Amino acid sequence: MPSRETLVTEFTARAEEVSAVVSTVASIDAALDHVVDLCAGKEACQWLLAGCEAPLSAPAENLCATAAAAKVLAAPGLAEDLRDRLAQRCRANGIHLVEGSLRQRLGGIDIGLTFADAGIAETGTLVIDSSDEETRLATMISEVHVAILPAGKIVATADDLAVPLGQALARPGNFTAFITGASRTADIERVLAIGVHGPLALHILILED
Amino acid sequence: MQTARDLKGYKKEIQGALENDFLRSAMDKFAVAYPASRARAFAGIDVPSLVAEIAAIKDANLARLDELLAEFTRHAEACGVKVHLAEDAEAANRIIAEIAHAGGAHRIVKSKSMTAEETLLNHHLEAEGLEVVETDLGEWIIQLRHEGPSHMVMPAIHLSRHQVADLFSEVTRTRQDAEIERLVKVSRRELRARYVEADMGITGANFAIADTGAIGITTNEGNARLVATLPRIHVALMGIDKLVSTLTDALRINRALPRNATGQKITSYVTWITGPVACAAGPEGRKEMHIVFLDNGRRALARDPIFAQVLRCVRCGACANVCPVYRMVGGHQYGHIYIGAIGLILTYFFHGRDKARNLVQNCINCGACKAVCAAGIDLPHLIKEIHTRIQDETGHPLQSSMLAKVLANRGLFHRLLRAARVAQKPITGGTPYLRHLPMIFSKEQNFRVLPAIAEVPFRDRWPVLRPRVERPRWRVALFSGCVQDFVHPEQLEAGLKSMEGLGVRVEFPMGQSCCGLPAQMMGEKEAARRVAIQNMAAMATERCDYIVTLCASCASHLTHGYPKLFTEGTEEKRLAQAFSAKVISFSRFLSEVVKIGPEHFGPAVGVKTTYHAPCHLCRGLEEHEAPKALIKAAGMDFAPAAEEETCCGFGGTYSSKFPTISAQILELKLADIERTGAAVLVTECPGCVMQLRGGAKRAGMPLKVLHLAEALAEARAPADK
Ligand code: SF4
Ligand code: SF4
Repeated sequence: MPSRETLVTEFTARAEEVSAVVSTVASIDAALDHVVDLCAGKEACQWLLAGCEAPLSAPAENLCATAAAAKVLAAPGLAEDLRDRLAQRCRANGIHLVEGSLRQRLGGIDIGLTFADAGIAETGTLVIDSSDEETRLATMISEVHVAILPAGKIVATADDLAVPLGQALARPGNFTAFITGASRTADIERVLAIGVHGPLALHILILED
Repeated sequence: MQTARDLKGYKKEIQGALENDFLRSAMDKFAVAYPASRARAFAGIDVPSLVAEIAAIKDANLARLDELLAEFTRHAEACGVKVHLAEDAEAANRIIAEIAHAGGAHRIVKSKSMTAEETLLNHHLEAEGLEVVETDLGEWIIQLRHEGPSHMVMPAIHLSRHQVADLFSEVTRTRQDAEIERLVKVSRRELRARYVEADMGITGANFAIADTGAIGITTNEGNARLVATLPRIHVALMGIDKLVSTLTDALRINRALPRNATGQKITSYVTWITGPVACAAGPEGRKEMHIVFLDNGRRALARDPIFAQVLRCVRCGACANVCPVYRMVGGHQYGHIYIGAIGLILTYFFHGRDKARNLVQNCINCGACKAVCAAGIDLPHLIKEIHTRIQDETGHPLQSSMLAKVLANRGLFHRLLRAARVAQKPITGGTPYLRHLPMIFSKEQNFRVLPAIAEVPFRDRWPVLRPRVERPRWRVALFSGCVQDFVHPEQLEAGLKSMEGLGVRVEFPMGQSCCGLPAQMMGEKEAARRVAIQNMAAMATERCDYIVTLCASCASHLTHGYPKLFTEGTEEKRLAQAFSAKVISFSRFLSEVVKIGPEHFGPAVGVKTTYHAPCHLCRGLEEHEAPKALIKAAGMDFAPAAEEETCCGFGGTYSSKFPTISAQILELKLADIERTGAAVLVTECPGCVMQLRGGAKRAGMPLKVLHLAEALAEARAPADK
């Protein structure tokens, strides 16, 4: 059994290899600060060459126009006290915090915040139970997906998760996601481009406990 | 999508592909980049064991497909999924259209599925008045162009950024720059609107897990997740071969799949879905979910003793990535819908004999696909088996049955070769070069200079050459193969010379003939079998320790081909196994048995020398080191070539059937060799020597091409003799 330190190091290296931005945070409050800072520092719906300036067909333009003018942070499924702490920070920074109805925001949200259920060191992979539709959407339609991963939940390989994962798969309505880096394609001339249909960037906050 | 009606039409389309500069350079870059990224992704993993494990998992699951289907269905239906089994492509399409109609769905978004390509699902749905949009970037591009994929994993690899920019300009009705990053973002924003409007999503699946009724989908772009999430109806279409028993099986396979496909340790997304998930747009807040399994001949195939292993395929596409012919002609000429080595085979089973009959002839038998396959499928062998089947079903072409007749009769074959020597005299004008043996002659053969048939074949020289070894340490029977016997006897002589004084007693049994590989390559299995029986009898296996051959193709065919020719449990099978156990390549014999070292050679000459690994040696016999060890032991200055193990394009009869492809493969090979700056090129197969020497000569390169035996004979110290 590799030590926690080894696992964190390996996880970080592999995740960074596939463009994830990995940071370590000492407490949950530090994690929330981090997310809010990131959102506050980000330009609304413009980040990382989201393509906003490129002309599009009318229906696509119309969808884009539905994106909120204010910066939006989606954080579905948080426990009440956490949500309050986050809401306070968002208010202070002029960020619009949403917890649900993400289907109304398919034009895009700035940041989707989720908790990861596990990490796989060998591949730098996050495992996120996304059976809840809002969680699922937060990881899909956000420009930046931020995931908080407790350090103790990192395992060496996917095989180490076979038992809990098997149990998850046996639950009707389960949607479990392995997420490794931001969405990517090499479909045009095999040139790697990050950010296709999913997030343009993935930030992972490893939470020490 | 290859649809040519006859070989002539097919060759014409191939010519078009060979002349497509963008395609050629894209394919070349890919062929060079892929092996390195694959190796990085597999670092620290025991690949052969993993492949063997996957093969075993798939075989076990394929043996109980019906059971797995029942188990899967029970679990999935308990969750509220409707599971469908479609007998054939048409049934699958009909079922999916009915789901759409019943659910009042008009707009459909789709993520990548080779199974949907197989059934031509989009055509069917569109004909039913439904709107279907592909959301995988590559698939969307080819959908807009109304063409099929040219690779199973990278469907638009044949297109340039400029072509994509033109296409996207049309779709958005605004000029788009040919800048990849931007084009990707255009697709992101254009397609986002389509997901929102859609009322039905169709995905494929990589795994259907029987013990839970869950499916697993791997993607990079994240489109399958949206397709499975936003619309209120989700239909997953997959071949019934995607069934596995447990999650553990799926995780094993997924260790190899992305690594082999794109050199990624894992894809960006792997999604595990069990039954209808929560969905605000669905009835009662849940999805309507359907899983459609396609049979289309798979259940029958799973029971086929020879071909069942085809269904182990996990669709990684690697067998195309490494194929020298795919590299030259691209996917549209190398498969009907499924591409690459596996595509040649699946075309026969899923799309019929007529679509497959030209394709299966276009395999050079280099074995690169087999060596890379994630599921350990013996692809080249199965391609030949299908070639044979098709010929058996539709009649053998005259040329092929003539060759079979000649090869099966040693006396006749050798008389013809001797007669050909006389006939060639006026053509060669006294030089040792001519076109080629008894194959077809055409001007397309001119890309290399071919040698003449020797004045005196090796078998006639043997009585004089036969070495006398008093107390031999090893008793060896020499198998020459027809090329060395009749065209390059000097290579065999050099072989004898390099073994002089080492205690090797050599016999040359006169009853031996061609190894039979050319017959096998032409789909003439019966002739191949007859030749094998003659050779096994002639070589008198019981009287020697080793059967040494200087021809890598013969060595590989004698070792692996012979036992496969005969049915399990027969006397011939037993004989063939005993026979093949004694076969050894020249280099391995000298390096590992005789253990020849620097002390056996004269002072090092230090000529810069590179090496070409014959396909049938490096992959056929898994001999990667012995020839190079000998080159170094003999005192040559070894300079490795970047693509040392890439095929030279000879492939025996292949080069006369597809000369233009063979010529292009050769051209790349020679360029790679030239980059080493070597003055001498050594290889260990007379076919490769023929191709490379003739090509270098035609290109005016000052390169000396030698058979390993010639290089060693030159370097043996006189004192040693
Ligand atoms: S044996 Fe070689 S030429 Fe034939 S399909 Fe495989 S890789 Fe291609
Ligand atoms: S045959 Fe083997 S290499 Fe080719 S796609 Fe299938 S698994 Fe991959």
